[in-house]
Amino acid sequence: MNARLYYWQRMTAAVMVPLIAVHLVTMIYAIGNGLSAAEILGRTQGSVVWALFYGGFVAAASVHAAIGVRTVIGEWVDVRGKAQDGFAVIFCIVLLGLGGRAGVAVVM
Amino acid sequence: MTKPLKVSIWRGGADGDYQSFEVPAKANQTVLDVVTWVQRHADATLAYRFACRVGMCGSCAMMVNGEPRWTCRSHVSSVIRDGQLKLAPLANLPVIRDLTVDMTPFFDKWQRAEARFHPSMTRRDEVPAIKPDTAARKAADAAVECINCGVCYAACDTVRWNSNYLGPAALNRAWTLVNDERDAGTRQRLAAVSGTGGCYNCHSHQSCQAYCPKALNPTRSIAGLKRAGLAAKP
Repeated sequence: MNARLYYWQRMTAAVMVPLIAVHLVTMIYAIGNGLSAAEILGRTQGSVVWALFYGGFVAAASVHAAIGVRTVIGEWVDVRGKAQDGFAVIFCIVLLGLGGRAGVAVVM
Repeated sequence: MTKPLKVSIWRGGADGDYQSFEVPAKANQTVLDVVTWVQRHADATLAYRFACRVGMCGSCAMMVNGEPRWTCRSHVSSVIRDGQLKLAPLANLPVIRDLTVDMTPFFDKWQRAEARFHPSMTRRDEVPAIKPDTAARKAADAAVECINCGVCYAACDTVRWNSNYLGPAALNRAWTLVNDERDAGTRQRLAAVSGTGGCYNCHSHQSCQAYCPKALNPTRSIAGLKRAGLAAKP
């Protein structure tokens, strides 16, 4: 890991901390008040705020996890160099795709 | 009469094996005393390193019951387990023979980390007064007593997983120089420790500070390098 990757992993972590807190508190609050999935989706669909919220979370989580997995495969299975970087990029794209799909289902 | 110590000592190179010895137990006996007894009384071919015997030179470190220790200052009574001592060469370094390792990778990494003094003046300049109470000098003083024993390097998980990692000792030394106002090499040093294998690989497991026989905290030094590296190149 170099300075640039370290910076991005820490910055994405800093972005995720408040987003995770809001997500968990909102989820517990919504479920606790007996809202059904359909009722929750009724509130989130079409909302630009929730689109930005979960879009930002998916982007930050994808970058953060890809950098972490890059380190793990380097240290634990000795995948280095271009293969290590390539795997991290693909992993990031896969997470963006999966997370983006889930985000679209929530807000569109 | 006190029961003799049961001592297993690594013999041979990387593919060697443990050999058992019985060593007379004595009061205030160090692990280095035990190894020396074996070489003088049981097997003169046993290879190991020592020099000062008083915790200054950093030569005698080895694995004692699986943990890196300076053997000249480690009393048997404080490290023995079930009446047994298991001695092996320092981890994370190539074994030469028996208890001796090749320290070349360890010291090569000091050079790679630019962990050497870059003079900023000539001998014709006046010797500068170094104030002991500045923040930079305090940071340097807190880390400067390293004796290059390699204990932190052997204890480091990141070194074990990533042979390219510079390791706690080299980075700790680099941090003392970053804080040395007489030094002129901070720019290239921060570049050297910020790249592949540099300070950003540290996971802060803190084994280095847990095992450092001089009670230094290389993890803190590495954290300082991380901050300085980001400040220099955001």
